[in-house]
Amino acid sequence: MDIAFIREYTPLYVEAAKLTIGIALFGILFSIVVGALCSIIRYYKIPILEKLAGIYIELSRNTPLLVQLFFLYFGLPKIGIHFSSESCAVIGLTFLGGSYMAEAFRSGLEAVDEIQKNSALALGLTSVQTMWHVILPQAISVSVPAFCANIIFLIKETSVFSVLALPDLMYVAKDLIGLYYKTDEALLMLVVAYLILLLPISIIASLVERRVRYAGFGN
Amino acid sequence: MKNEETLLEIRHLHKDYGNGAVLKDVSFDVHKGEVLVVIGSSGCGKSTLLRCLNGLESIQTGTISFCGKTIDGSKKDWFQARQKIGMVFQSYDLFPHKTVLENVILAPLKVQKRSRAEAVEEAEILLKRVGLYDKKDVYPRQLSGGQKQRVAIVRALIMHPEVMLFDEVTAALDPEMVREVLDVMLELAKKGLTMIIVTHEMQFAKAVADRVIFLDNGEIAEEDTPENFFNCPKTERAKSFLNTFVFEEG
Repeated sequence: MDIAFIREYTPLYVEAAKLTIGIALFGILFSIVVGALCSIIRYYKIPILEKLAGIYIELSRNTPLLVQLFFLYFGLPKIGIHFSSESCAVIGLTFLGGSYMAEAFRSGLEAVDEIQKNSALALGLTSVQTMWHVILPQAISVSVPAFCANIIFLIKETSVFSVLALPDLMYVAKDLIGLYYKTDEALLMLVVAYLILLLPISIIASLVERRVRYAGFGN
Repeated sequence: MKNEETLLEIRHLHKDYGNGAVLKDVSFDVHKGEVLVVIGSSGCGKSTLLRCLNGLESIQTGTISFCGKTIDGSKKDWFQARQKIGMVFQSYDLFPHKTVLENVILAPLKVQKRSRAEAVEEAEILLKRVGLYDKKDVYPRQLSGGQKQRVAIVRALIMHPEVMLFDEVTAALDPEMVREVLDVMLELAKKGLTMIIVTHEMQFAKAVADRVIFLDNGEIAEEDTPENFFNCPKTERAKSFLNTFVFEEG
């Protein structure tokens, strides 16, 4: 193990990690927006849009991210639409993540018993108040585990962005291996880098889960 | 009947789920201060009828007038009306993520825009009345079924409804908890609250009702005073229904 090598190239990994975090952050934020929109459209059964959301979710969940990225990066320019690598990465991650988030939110919304909606309406609450004060808080607590799993999943998926010539963690590792044949060191640093990114998120996620768990109300 | 002022006027109500009518040409009045008990076998449309009366179910034809004003079926009309029509359901419907007190004051704060201090004050008075003041800060899952239903009644009462709908509120309770809920309802009846009660508790129906409606197959088969209905029912259907509650000695 070449400690000097590891020390020398750690800053490269730090830069790559920043890029990974940046793309993941935007991708996840947009995924949440897309997911929330889709799940609301499906929950209220808004005609036409409901069908479109369904098609999008199936398309997104049943194609690999790599293929989606190739389509964005190599396919769209053929019809005159050009995106930068970074944009492609964020759009790709959002396209993938939106459907996973939509499904997580939907499972939460569907877990809330119909009687909850009815009793809120019977008290005179409007549909929006019913959603906000009664349904959403319960739905969110059900969705949290799936939501946290999605965040970790999406961060891990950023590893395929190296195909877009983006200098993310995976790209740096492959680059170093190609240049210096320091396979062990490069891969070790890669694993450690992902662990440093993901372990804290996992730990925070399980803490949040414990706090908001449905059965936890009243404990 | 304590008062001739008509609160609810239901005319030719018809409800259909697409595979046969659930309610057929149902018409009746509810007077202010009156306790109307609706009985009938399961699936006869009792619950559907109650849900139509506060707009949770839409109706195909017929009219519902509340305080002399016909509710036209628009959302806005129902949101107005529901503030004055309280309802308690069969299954425990408290909001599990809110404490007892938060459950009770949600609608006064959000719908009636009352001040928090005032809503809390009234909530505490009402909770004392049903013997649950000491439970005001616990979550519903820590309550027994009977306690949950009493909170649900308080949650509806704090809105100062003109009429309360009770949809088999004791049907899901353990037998020893039925009494505590019925006692609360009896007290409300004594205080002159207008109520429409769907129930299978015949003794309670006898005790609380000013008038009984027997619903069979979506139609009003009989409408009478409790004395007449329970002692000498006019229709065969009512007779055979009441017989199912009688255990022969032997």
